[in-house]
Amino acid sequence: MNSQAAVELVGVDVRYDTTALHFDCAIQPGGIVAVAGASGSGKSTLFHVIAGFEEPDRGEVRILGKTMSGQAPAERPVSVIFQDNNLFAHLDVATNVGFGISPSLRLSVADRARIDDALGRVGLDSFGKRLPPTLSGGERQRVALARALVRHRPLLLLDEPFAALDPGMRAGMRALLQDLHDQENNTILMITHHPDDVRALADSVLFLDQGRIIAHDPVERFLERRDMASINRFLGNA
Amino acid sequence: MFAPAENRITMTAGTLSLGGILLFVGLAIAALLLQSGDFGNSVLFDAYIWRVTRFTLLQASLSTLLSVVLAIPIARALARRPSFPGRVWVLRVMALPLGLPVLVGALGLIEIWGRQGALNTALAGLGLQQPISIYGLFGILLAHVFFNMPLIARLFLAGLERIPSEYWRTAANLGMPPAALFRFVEWPVLRGLLPGAAGLVFMLCATSFTLVLTLGGGPAASTIEVAIYQALRFDFDPPRAIALSALQIVMTGALLLALTRVATEPAQSATAGKISRRYDAGTGLSRTSDAGWILFSLLFIGAPLIAVVGSGLRADLVKLAGDPTVHRALVTSIVIAVLSAFFCVTMAAAMIRAAGIVVARRHAPTLARAFAGTVTASTSLVLLVPPVVLGAGWFLLLRPFGDVARFAPAIVVAINALMALPFVHRILAPAMATHAARTDRLTASLGIRGFHRLRWIDLPPLRKPLLMAFSFAMALSLGDLGAVALFGSQDMVTLPWLLYSRMGSYRTADAAGLALFLGLICLIFTMLGTAGDRRVPEGRNA
Repeated sequence: MNSQAAVELVGVDVRYDTTALHFDCAIQPGGIVAVAGASGSGKSTLFHVIAGFEEPDRGEVRILGKTMSGQAPAERPVSVIFQDNNLFAHLDVATNVGFGISPSLRLSVADRARIDDALGRVGLDSFGKRLPPTLSGGERQRVALARALVRHRPLLLLDEPFAALDPGMRAGMRALLQDLHDQENNTILMITHHPDDVRALADSVLFLDQGRIIAHDPVERFLERRDMASINRFLGNA
Repeated sequence: MFAPAENRITMTAGTLSLGGILLFVGLAIAALLLQSGDFGNSVLFDAYIWRVTRFTLLQASLSTLLSVVLAIPIARALARRPSFPGRVWVLRVMALPLGLPVLVGALGLIEIWGRQGALNTALAGLGLQQPISIYGLFGILLAHVFFNMPLIARLFLAGLERIPSEYWRTAANLGMPPAALFRFVEWPVLRGLLPGAAGLVFMLCATSFTLVLTLGGGPAASTIEVAIYQALRFDFDPPRAIALSALQIVMTGALLLALTRVATEPAQSATAGKISRRYDAGTGLSRTSDAGWILFSLLFIGAPLIAVVGSGLRADLVKLAGDPTVHRALVTSIVIAVLSAFFCVTMAAAMIRAAGIVVARRHAPTLARAFAGTVTASTSLVLLVPPVVLGAGWFLLLRPFGDVARFAPAIVVAINALMALPFVHRILAPAMATHAARTDRLTASLGIRGFHRLRWIDLPPLRKPLLMAFSFAMALSLGDLGAVALFGSQDMVTLPWLLYSRMGSYRTADAAGLALFLGLICLIFTMLGTAGDRRVPEGRNA
C-alpha cells in the first residue's frame, strides 16, 4: 500500500447482525472520487468508517499515512457533508459556519472575517444572519460547503450532497464544488447515485457491491466498463 | 463512540436513575411482601376485599362505557362541523379537564350536581326534593365521565378527521344514508381506536383515588386504592393494606398486559390534517343533533368549570390570601412540585439519552440492550404499582423508624416524580430521539462537546419539550392528593390536602377559594410550559 495515499483501508471488516462488509483500497490525494453502488452496497458504512462514526471490527483506516484507530471523528483530518441536516436549524448561517473554526464558538474578529469570506466564496454574501429553515436546499448545502472551507481539512466526504436538489441546482453545485476543489486541492470522496455526477466531476470511481469494493478505476475506464451487471445497471447500459 | 467521556457520564447518570427507580419501587414491594407474614388467615381476600374489588371493576366498566357512548356522538358532531364559529373554543374547553387538578374538577361538579348545586336548586324549584345525590356510584361515574369523555372524544375526533376526503365524496356519490355512512365509514375508524381509548380510560378509572375518596361517600362505594388508604390511615390494618396492594398490582398488571395487546396506533392517511367537506352535514336533522351534542358537551364540561370560578370569586379571597396556613400549603406544594418535576425530567432525560447511546451501538451486548428495554419499561412502572400502593409500601417500611410523617417530604417528592414519569417520557423521548438523529454525527464530526454542545446544540431545540415536560410534571404534582393523603400531617400540608380538609369540614367557601387558587396555579404553569416557543419560519424547501 502507498503510504502517501489520502485514504487507505487495510483489511477493514465491519460486521452487522445480518451482513458483513469488507473494504481494501488506497485512494491517491488530490482527486475527486465518486463512490457509487446500489442501495445497501456499503457506501455509507465506508464513509462512516473513514469519518470515525463507526469503528471497524478488524483492519485499519489510515489517512495521509497516519492510523486513525481510536481517533474521534473531530480529531480526524476529515470534513463531512451529509445529504441533509448539515446545519443546526436554530442557529444562523454565520454561527453554523463558525463551528468549523471553533467548536466552542470562541470567534475573533479575524475568524468572523473568514466566515464572511467563506460565505462569499459559495455565493452566499449577506446570508450570515439567515436561519437555515429560510434557505433553499441548495443554499443549505452551500453553507455546509462554506463550513468545510473554513475547516481546511485535506479530506472532504460528501454523502449524496446533491440528492435533494433539482437538476438546475445540481449543475450549479457541481460547478461550485469543482471550483472549490481546484482552489483547495483537497481530496474529495462523494457518494452518488447519478452517472451524470460521475461524468461531470469525478477523476476516479470506487464502485461497491454487496459490501465489497468491486471496482476502483479512473473515470474514463469505468465509464467504458461492460463486464459487471451491477456497473451496467448503474451506468444505464443495456 | 462519539465522545467516550461524555457517553460514560450519560450512561452513569442513566444507570443511577434507573437504579434509583427500581430500588424505590422494589423496596416498597419488598416491604409489602415481607410484612405479608402478618396476614393471618382471616383477612386475606375476605368479603370486604371482594366487595371492594367488584365495585372497582364495576365503576371502571360503567365509567368507560358511559364515556365512550357519549364521546362518539360528540366526536361525530365536531367532525361533521369543521368550521363553525367558536369551534376552537369548544375544543379548548374539552381540553381543560385533562390538565385540571382532580379535586378542583370534583368541586366544580359538586357546585352543579351537589345537594346545594345549581341543578338540585333548579329541580327543587320545580317541586322535587333533592332528586340527585352526587355521592356514591352516581357521583363517581359523573366525575369519571367529566374527566375521561373529553379525552376519548378528542381521540375519536382526530381519527374521524383522518378519514380521506375521497371516502366522503364516494359516500355522497353513492347516496349513502346516515346509518350506512356511520356503519361503513365512521365506525371502522372508531372501532380501531376503541380498544386503546377504552382500555386507557378503564385503567385510569380502576386506579382512581381522589375522585372516589371525595365523591364515594363511604365504604359502600370504595375502590381498592381508597381501601388501601383507609386500611392504613384510619383502620391501621397493614395486613388488609398488603392484601389490597397485592390485588391492585395483579389487577393493574393484567390491565396493562391487555392494553399492550389491544392498543393500536392509527395509520396516517395522505389527507391527514386537511378539512374534508362533509356532504352529510346539510340536513336539518344532522344540524339539530350536532348542535345538541356540542351544546351538551359545552354545558357538561363548561358548567362545573364556570362554577369553580364563580364560587371561588365569591369566597373571601383576601382573607385566604393572608392566611398563614394557605401560605405554608402553597409554598409546600410549589417546593414539592418543583423538586419532583426536576427529578422527573432529569431522570427521564438521562435514561432516554443513555438508552439512545446503547441502541446506537452496532454490537451492543445483550445486557446493554436489556438496559435500553428496562429504561422504557421503568418509566411506566408507576402504572403497574400505583402511587397509593407505593405509599403503602414505604409507609410500612418506615414505620419501624418512628413517625412516618418525618419522611413525608422525600417520599411525596419521589412518588410525584414517578407519577409524572410516563408522561414526561412520552414528551421527551421522541423529541430527544429526533434531535439525536439530526445532530449526533454532525456534532461529533465538528468536535462540539460538553457544555458547548449543551448550550449551543441541545438546549435551544429541546427547550420547548423540556419546559413542557417540566410544567406538566409540576401541574401533576400540584394537583396530587394520593401521596400526600398517606403521609400528610400537621407539618406537611399541600394545597390539595388543605382543599380536601376544608371540603371535609364543610368550609365550602374556603374550599372554593382554594380550588380557584389551585386551578389558576396549574393553568399558569401549563401556560409557562408552552411559552418560550420561538417559531422557526418554514423553509421554501424545508
